Amino acid sequence: MASLVLAEHDNKTLSDATAKTVTAAAAISAPVHVLVAGQDCGAVAEAAAKIAGVEKILVADDALYAHMVAETMETLILSIAEKYDAILAPATTSGKNILPRVAAKLDTPQISEILKVVSPDTFERPIYAGNAIQTVQAPAGKKVITVRATAFKAPGEDGNAQVEKIAAAADPGTTSFAGEALSRSERPELTSAKIVVSGGRGLGSAENFKLVEKVADRLHAAVGASRAAVDAGYVPNDYQVGQTGKVVAPDLYLAVGISGAIQHLAGMKDSKIIAAINKDEEAPIFQVADYGLVADLFQALPEMDQELAKRGR
Amino acid sequence: MKVLVPVKRVIDYNVKVRVKADQSGVDLANVKMSMNPFDEIAVEEAVRLKEKGKASEIVVVSIGPQQASETIRTALAMGADRGLLVKAEGEVEPLAVAKILKAIVDAEKPMLVIAGKQAIDDDSNQTGQMLAALLGWGQGTFAHKLELGEASASIEREIDGGLQTVDVKLPAVMTTDLRLNEPRYASLPNIMKAKKKPIEEKTPADYGVDTTPRLKVLKVAEPPKRGGGVKVKSVAELLDKLAEAGAI
Repeated sequence: MASLVLAEHDNKTLSDATAKTVTAAAAISAPVHVLVAGQDCGAVAEAAAKIAGVEKILVADDALYAHMVAETMETLILSIAEKYDAILAPATTSGKNILPRVAAKLDTPQISEILKVVSPDTFERPIYAGNAIQTVQAPAGKKVITVRATAFKAPGEDGNAQVEKIAAAADPGTTSFAGEALSRSERPELTSAKIVVSGGRGLGSAENFKLVEKVADRLHAAVGASRAAVDAGYVPNDYQVGQTGKVVAPDLYLAVGISGAIQHLAGMKDSKIIAAINKDEEAPIFQVADYGLVADLFQALPEMDQELAKRGR
Repeated sequence: MKVLVPVKRVIDYNVKVRVKADQSGVDLANVKMSMNPFDEIAVEEAVRLKEKGKASEIVVVSIGPQQASETIRTALAMGADRGLLVKAEGEVEPLAVAKILKAIVDAEKPMLVIAGKQAIDDDSNQTGQMLAALLGWGQGTFAHKLELGEASASIEREIDGGLQTVDVKLPAVMTTDLRLNEPRYASLPNIMKAKKKPIEEKTPADYGVDTTPRLKVLKVAEPPKRGGGVKVKSVAELLDKLAEAGAI
């Protein structure tokens, strides 16, 4: 049959997590179709059509899908589910919100956050905050899967999928979008940035977090944080890197004032290079860091800012 | 209004989990078990609703072994009114849990179910959404803030880009995120009082639900280890190394 990938987007831009999810889908069941549900989301459909290996883009362009509310997305996906033997979404807050509803209605167990497709019915996924990796085999029948996008490579962008409009499905009328407060930032997006600079409780205040941001800006990096820093109110919740926050795998992850709780490590240990600055030389973060600097961050960060400036960054 | 809170007994979040040598699973022998932290937040939110006079009764449900009654007892000590233990040994998958909860909801008729967004053992993040779908209810997942009205709830949710607010008609399912509240510690008098609160016992068969796992776990392995690296002496040396490695 075929697999269906739910596109992650904001009606303007397609998230690169979608292309990575296509890679996972292609290993399970080809051809791959991508569902773009949104409002005035033509540009997103065009971008999705370029993902190599995608056969068809299904576009449900309707006010009902402007914010991809889970209840309306459930009926939409179910309206076309019959044609697919695998339905996948990136394991983002949106994918996690929507897909279990679809799985329940299809009476099939969902497989969450897969890291690897071992064979079309067998997958690896993290459990216990990434402290163990489970290999699970799905029963015969439809598969519903969320994908940890950072664990898969994006295919090329030389695709030329056909774009087909599909009708909106019934509105269950239970839930409506009421507003949002999105973090605005000129910086790269956390989960797709090449460099991430993260701060922890060691920063001590929201004001001091600017030291991290300054260095991040020199490196054109995204800014992340540990749960402790978010809980303390230094930065908003969407900065959180960790098992229950965002999972990142940049080329460089620079952890500043982060001790390295298991929960945090689960969100960043697949980064290519990890560097850490912490004044406690026993901090667990050093056990995973390729380069560790034992130093007071209040000296090290301004020094790094100056040193980067000197080097023309 | 009645509020239903499902709670799960899991390895305490402070315990370092160990994979069994035969790769059949994680070693649970003689390990401290506690209430799933997200479920504690769910119980706390329900108790606060009761303290504000918005909830009339809090029913706590756990599906698991006999010892899960201790987890229920913890919730009762925090302020829940009564418990329901659905005795099941071994792994019960989220869909089976959702089916049992649906049957309980059909009988208890709560206006709000507050669940943790995920359990810290299997990290599935599915049960609340599945329950909402099976009931045909609306949901507010990863809740950051709840404003409960008579016929609807305004739920602020933690999403990847920041915060989103949805209006959900009641009855509904809400799942908790970390910053919804800070759970209280039960006081000694409340722990004593909780011992007198009733816990009813049932089995999945009472609800006509088969809990045989449908996913087959082939193995559970340690994650790939990252080798420790080198210590550098200065900021300049760190930047040199990162430049050499092509990272900056």
